[in-house]
Amino acid sequence: MEPILKLTDVSKSFGPVKVLTDVSMEVFPGTVTSLIGDNGAGKSTLVKCIAGIHRIDSGEVEFEGSKVDISSPKDASDLGIEVVYQDLALCENLDVVQNLFLGREKTVHGLLDDLTMERSARETLKTLSVRTIKSVRQKVHSLSGGQRQTVAIAKAVLWNSKVVILDEPTAALGVAQTEQVLGLVRRLAEEGLAVILISHNMNDVLAVSDHVCAMYLGTIAASVRASDSDRESLVQLITSGAANLEKDDSL
Amino acid sequence: MNDVKSVKSDFGMDSGVKSLGDVWFDFKENLKAGELGSLPAILSILTLVAIFGAVNPDSFLSRLNLANFLEQSSSVIVIAMAVTFVLLLGEIDLGAGFVAGVGAAVLATRLADGWSLPTAILISTLAALALGLFTGFMVAKVGIPSFVVTLANFLSFQGILLLLVRDGGSVRINNDPIKDLVGGTLSVSQSWLFAAIVVLGYAYVLLRQHRTSEIKLAVPVIALRLLMVAAFTLAATAVLSTDRSLPRATAEIKGVPLVVPVVLVILVLMTILLSRTKYGLYLYAVGDNAEAARRAGVNVVWIRLSAFMATALLAAVGGAFLASRVNSVDANTGANDTLLLAVGAAVIGGTSLFGGKGRMSNAVLGGLVLALIPNGLSLVGERTVFGTEIDFGSSGIKFIFAGLALLAAASVDALSRRQST
Ligand SMILES: Nc1ncnc2c1ncn2[C@@H]1O[C@H](COP(=O)(O)OP(=O)(O)OP(=O)(O)O)[C@@H](O)[C@H]1O
Ligand SMILES: [Mg+2]
Repeated sequence: MEPILKLTDVSKSFGPVKVLTDVSMEVFPGTVTSLIGDNGAGKSTLVKCIAGIHRIDSGEVEFEGSKVDISSPKDASDLGIEVVYQDLALCENLDVVQNLFLGREKTVHGLLDDLTMERSARETLKTLSVRTIKSVRQKVHSLSGGQRQTVAIAKAVLWNSKVVILDEPTAALGVAQTEQVLGLVRRLAEEGLAVILISHNMNDVLAVSDHVCAMYLGTIAASVRASDSDRESLVQLITSGAANLEKDDSL
Repeated sequence: MNDVKSVKSDFGMDSGVKSLGDVWFDFKENLKAGELGSLPAILSILTLVAIFGAVNPDSFLSRLNLANFLEQSSSVIVIAMAVTFVLLLGEIDLGAGFVAGVGAAVLATRLADGWSLPTAILISTLAALALGLFTGFMVAKVGIPSFVVTLANFLSFQGILLLLVRDGGSVRINNDPIKDLVGGTLSVSQSWLFAAIVVLGYAYVLLRQHRTSEIKLAVPVIALRLLMVAAFTLAATAVLSTDRSLPRATAEIKGVPLVVPVVLVILVLMTILLSRTKYGLYLYAVGDNAEAARRAGVNVVWIRLSAFMATALLAAVGGAFLASRVNSVDANTGANDTLLLAVGAAVIGGTSLFGGKGRMSNAVLGGLVLALIPNGLSLVGERTVFGTEIDFGSSGIKFIFAGLALLAAASVDALSRRQST
């Protein structure tokens, strides 16, 4: 299978600080690729380079087989790359529909077409099997953390996106809500999207990913198949950058 | 994924029919969640009318006072609607009162120089927009807090006003449409036509809501709402359509005051702008979480900048109301407590000072409360309370009561905010 997103030798420095060194990585449609690594390993920076928030210093980014230059968040979303950031980008005083469509509202004669947006919001949430929201007209401030995360993810996939990047989507959630969000992550991949998941929780990583990329001090220490690895080896990769694991040859 | 269609979704509250009981239940739930909306303002209006009506039934409840009261409140209401734009962003415009003054002064001096009404209005509008653009630029582009920018404006715009009216001078207004804005009345037949339009318009809104929403209100709920609005409108029109002049006056005064339809039209237009357009939605979004709005592709700088322009534009309209009430413009037009009352009216109506929450109708309700207080107190006059003689009509007492009302409203705002986070 062809990778939808391919990074080759991507480097990034902030002044004298080299944060990413020759990072190479491939992401495939219909799969979940987890990005793990200790605090400060460079995960968020890598994601921000893909999302057009930071420009890379050197290296290549290929999207669907052709070289691309992502220099702004708009470039990224035009390609179909959406990011769900750790701090949720939702307006709590607006309802679910308004948040899902924020910035891309449907209008008729200059007036908001609420009914159409409401229906399509419900449709999207249904395809993602989001079932716990009582009303799409509920204000976001009345939703639980898990429900909010769900809305934030739905917002990212509502626009025919092809690559969805989730930065620690379960960090603040309880057991049941984590379960819910992980289920959603899995379904996104089943729908054919390429999902990149950043997480510090090895159980979550092993539960939902197909591939795992471990970062260590700004480099990719290893790319492994989730089914070939276990908790201990992943932890070892994170802390020392090496482990006795079979490398994932498909990558 | 074939099973997608078969997944039963749980949007249980998104369809079906809402009975009277359901509506009541929703209302109670909102109260519990600290979402008081405009309830405090409505209760205040009822309470104030009851108290003043009991203390001084003859003058307070007279038809003349009713019309007078509506006219008194109009300028505060319009300027309160103006500041609602920036309040929704969590910003403040302390200079809006003087924008009203400058707008009125430009209008009055142009008319005095013999310009036609449309050109005078155009120039006054442009002047207000320029002031708003300046404020918006300083806040949104330069990044100075709106409190500081508009505090400076409070002084400099007052200076512009003084220059326009040549210091101690005053500019008389002889233009009939402007003079009639506050003080003129609809004829009796026009009044009834207006009442009919209001009732039919409200019926249309209810019908449209029914058609375009998947939660249908039960027929009794719709009927009850329409009935209440119709009864109120028709009763008020009937009262205002009888002669209300003083016993020995030579001319009759009857008909709905012109300010009522004018304010209502502004209210409807502004409400559509806030609740049915992208622009309105973005004001709410930026007011709650500017970063989220920015990431969603909203041009946050433009929203901020334009909100100050909208405030200035509508404040200038309020300035025309101020001028029309006394048929002249001087250094006091838009000065003194104008701005404080306007912000107070918006907040008393339920608009939050923290941004992201509020409506245009809040400005109307709050404006009515703040106009009721001085109006009622004047008519209470001197009374002996616990052996002390107090003149309730004095400015001191009025200011204290208005201040307390504002403080109470701000407390409700702060408390409901705490409850919801
Ligand atoms: N804008 C910046 N300027 C300078 N240094 C930066 C900047 N952003 C990140 N860094 C540095 O780059 C390194 C990698 O940070 P990054 O946020 O990518 O780590 P991370 O893997 O996401 O960590 P965490 O798990 O804690 O989120 C850190 O040492 C950080 O201090
Ligand atoms: Mg991070």
